[in-house]
Amino acid sequence: MGEKLLMKGNEALAEAAIRAGCKLFFGYPITPQTELAEYMAKQLPKRDGLCLQAESEVSAINMIYGAAASGARCITSTSSPGVSLMSEGISYIIGSDLPCVLVNVQRGGPGLGGIQPAQSDYNQAVRGLGHGDQHVIVLAPASVQEMASLTGEAFDLADLYRMPCMILADGALGQMMEPVDFEARTPRQLPPKDWATNGHRGARRHTVVNSLYIEPEVLERTVVDRFARYAQIEENEVQYEQFLTEDADVVVVSYGITARIAKTAVRMAREKGMKVGLFRPITLWPFPNKELKELARTAKAFLSVEMNMGQMLGDVKLAIDCARPVTHYGRTGGMIPTPEEILAQIEHISMEGKGE
Amino acid sequence: MAGILLAGFGGQGILFAGKQLITAGMKDGKEVSWLPSYGPEMRGGTCNCSVNIDAEPIGSPLVTSPDILIAMNQPSFEKFLPKVRSGGVVVYDSSLIPSAETGREDIRVCGVPATALAGENGFPKLANCIMLGYLVKVTGLFDFAFFQNVLRASAPKAKAELGELNAKAFEIGYAYGG
Repeated sequence: MGEKLLMKGNEALAEAAIRAGCKLFFGYPITPQTELAEYMAKQLPKRDGLCLQAESEVSAINMIYGAAASGARCITSTSSPGVSLMSEGISYIIGSDLPCVLVNVQRGGPGLGGIQPAQSDYNQAVRGLGHGDQHVIVLAPASVQEMASLTGEAFDLADLYRMPCMILADGALGQMMEPVDFEARTPRQLPPKDWATNGHRGARRHTVVNSLYIEPEVLERTVVDRFARYAQIEENEVQYEQFLTEDADVVVVSYGITARIAKTAVRMAREKGMKVGLFRPITLWPFPNKELKELARTAKAFLSVEMNMGQMLGDVKLAIDCARPVTHYGRTGGMIPTPEEILAQIEHISMEGKGE
Repeated sequence: MAGILLAGFGGQGILFAGKQLITAGMKDGKEVSWLPSYGPEMRGGTCNCSVNIDAEPIGSPLVTSPDILIAMNQPSFEKFLPKVRSGGVVVYDSSLIPSAETGREDIRVCGVPATALAGENGFPKLANCIMLGYLVKVTGLFDFAFFQNVLRASAPKAKAELGELNAKAFEIGYAYGG
């Protein structure tokens, strides 16, 4: 363990990226993630790197496309409206099998929305980050420490599976300050990047980066091959946290900053003698389907809590094959739920369960 | 241990004061979190910051019902007073909040003329550190010398004299007898 430093989530993520060997940042400023770009602008030139403010998010993501093709570790960060602008480029990067790290420090939407914390880009992140048959790995940190350690993990996963990895954070995680230890995580062993379009002085056959396949038979094969890799990821890379779920009648499912608030509510419910636990997906894609399904054998009901109108709700229902009732509680538009609000929902569900 | 809400105008050093509290909390081996209100405003607008210092891992970083309210202007005082937990403490700047009528018997309300004291002592920008001094005195949240050292170390090394001034202002707040 190293020394603990007090940092904002945005800054901790940026520092973790640099420590993971990322020397390239391309982005366009937007609240509430701007401290991340600001940190990169201050640090990267001093640390043998490059930080470039593009003229738009569309431009930034295409700079990432080029940098990723060269095999360099690169990162871009934005907030909700910016991700929508990037989605074409993200799809090209996926179609070209290139690794990079994308950060969404979510704010309220739709449209320009607001600038306060939200989780309303869940479906966009896990289902529709770009056009075509595709996924990206989506990690949901719940603390400033995880903003740092999951960033190192994101670069490793991206390189290992040759695909973008998204950190899905929110304005609260980006803006808040907590202690962080940058040595808390051990990097993974990774394969060489023999696919990169970097200079080699004629030492090998040249490599090609491309996402255009005119022949449908060829395109189908690339997609099917990519989905075989997705299956491996679903098998090997699911991450989650369980808290008091073993004997729980009610399981609260929640991720990111909301999971911490839900955890407080779970503690309060336990103090009142209710058997309640918390299941926190850390990977939103791949979603912890097996683990939730297992819990459905013992739990009587599930409560999905997010800062949106109910997006992960569908994934929880799918995971447990609707074997138990699943309800949603959330605030949206930049509002943060309180532990008391979540506790009231838990109490309501527990009462209903007893009434049956 | 405590959910603390600091509130006032932008430019009063509200966020800085909050950061000193979590720095002290972290050095004291506690779990801490700091969350600023953020918006398009820079100076002059309202500003507040949520601080948690606890033995247990912090749940919500947002302090909605504070154990301690530090208020540095009238609007913040009026807005957050009803949210203070029963048994809680309000520390306010009595030079900026002349009418600190609370109508509550269940909380402790402690005023210190921080802005006036800061002006009299020649550091008009350090009312925030005077507030911290008075806070530590009336709540016993931290040991005096321990927290003063945190403030001493709060300035960058190249401007160590600023840290000394913070420590001095802190002492004035701690010594205030009101």
